Amino acid sequence: MSRNVIIIGSGPAGLTSALYTARANLKPLVIEGLDAGGQLMLTTLVENWPGHKDGVMGPDLITEMRAQAERFGAEIVRGNVVSVDLQSRPFRVTMSDGAHECETLIIATGATARLLGLPSERPLLGHGVSTCATCDGYFFRGKPIAVIGGGDTAMEEALYLTRFASHVTVIHRRDTLRASKVMQDKAFANPKITFEWNTEVEEMTDVAKGEVDGIRIRNSKTGEVKTIPVEGIFVAIGHTPNTSLFSGRLEMDANGYLITHSGSKTNIPGVFACGDVQDHIYRQAITAAGSGCMAAIDAEKYLEGVPQHIGEVQEEMRS
Amino acid sequence: MASDKVTILTDGTFEQTINAGTPVLVDFWAEWCGPCRRLAPTVEELANDYNGKVVVAKMNVDENPSTPMRFSIRGIPTLLLFKGGQLVEQVVGLADKDSLKKMLDKHVA
Repeated sequence: MSRNVIIIGSGPAGLTSALYTARANLKPLVIEGLDAGGQLMLTTLVENWPGHKDGVMGPDLITEMRAQAERFGAEIVRGNVVSVDLQSRPFRVTMSDGAHECETLIIATGATARLLGLPSERPLLGHGVSTCATCDGYFFRGKPIAVIGGGDTAMEEALYLTRFASHVTVIHRRDTLRASKVMQDKAFANPKITFEWNTEVEEMTDVAKGEVDGIRIRNSKTGEVKTIPVEGIFVAIGHTPNTSLFSGRLEMDANGYLITHSGSKTNIPGVFACGDVQDHIYRQAITAAGSGCMAAIDAEKYLEGVPQHIGEVQEEMRS
Repeated sequence: MASDKVTILTDGTFEQTINAGTPVLVDFWAEWCGPCRRLAPTVEELANDYNGKVVVAKMNVDENPSTPMRFSIRGIPTLLLFKGGQLVEQVVGLADKDSLKKMLDKHVA
C-alpha cells in the first residue's frame, strides 16, 4: 500500500506537518528518527513560543504536538530511515525492519549539534565533553566548566549550567557574541560566567585518563596559549543538517542544507522539506512549525494534482 | 511485557551482577534526561530479544552516584557492556537498535 504522505522527523516541523496532513485526512505516517522530538527535547523552558506567556518546557511542547497530531489520525512510528529511493514512484522509504511507499515525502530531519573536530573530542564525549547541557549539566555540580560558542544556544547552555557549575567560562573565537541581545544581557549579568574572547580551542585533556581535566586555548590576537582547568566542556558551535540520506538526489547548499523554493518544494516534485534541515538562518521552533505547515499544504496541493496557478485562474473565472 | 526483563541495578548490587557470568548491558539514565527516555523502549526490547543471553540492566544515576563516577560517566544515556566483570563496550548518547544488536552479537556466543 502506498501512503499519501510520509514524514521523516518528529520535531516541531515534522509534527506540525503531521497535524496539518492528518487534518486534511491524508493519514500521514511519521517516522520519528533516532533523536525523536528533535532539538526541543534537549531544551528546558522555551520562552518564545507564542501563546505560552510564562514559557513552556520544550519536551512538554513536543508531547503536546505529538498528541495533537495523533488525535487527528497521524501514525507515529519509532525507528530510523536507512535509505530513501526518490527515483521510483511511489517513493520508497526503507527502515531497518521494512519499507514503506508514499506519493509525497516531507523531510523534517532537522540538524544535529556540531563538534569542533579535535582528535581529543570524540574519546572524551560522555566523559566531560557534551553537546547537551540539560542532559549532562547534572554531572558538574560544583565543578568548573567551559562552554564553546557565541550564539543563542551557547548562552542558553552557559546560563543553564550556572545552576550546577562553580564557574562557567565561555570560549568564543570572535570579540562579540552572535547571541540575541536578551541572551547576551542575561549572560553578562551572571556572576558565574566569564568570557575568553578571540579564543580558539587547541586541545581538550586528558584522553589518557578518560576524563576531561582541562582545555588548552589560544588567543588569536595575542597568540597567548593557556590551559584552563575544567571538568566539563559543552560544545555549542552550531549544527549540521541531517541530509546524508539525500545526498546526490536533492539540491543542497555548500553546508548540506536542503534548498527549497516556492514554499517547501525541493528539486523533486512531491518531495518537500521543512524545519532546520532547510533553514540555517532562523532555526526557531516556531519557524520550523510554520514551515512544517507549509510543507503539509504543499503536499496536499500536490496530491490534489492541481497546480496552484490553475486554481487561481479558476477562481478568477468564477468571480 | 518487556520491561520486567530489565534488571534494576544499584551501587550495592552492581558488582555482583557484572561478575555473575552472563554479559551485562547497563543503561545509565535519569528521569530528567530526555534522550534517556527515548532510549528506554529500545533497551526494553533488547532485554526481551536477548533474554537469557545478556542481562539488560538500568541504573539511575541520581540514586546511584558511585558507579557512574567509577566509570567517569559524565553524560547520559551511556550504555556499558560488561563481560566476565570487564568493561568491553561503551556507547554514549542515543543509539539505534540495530547498531546495539550488532554490538551485543559480537559478545554473545
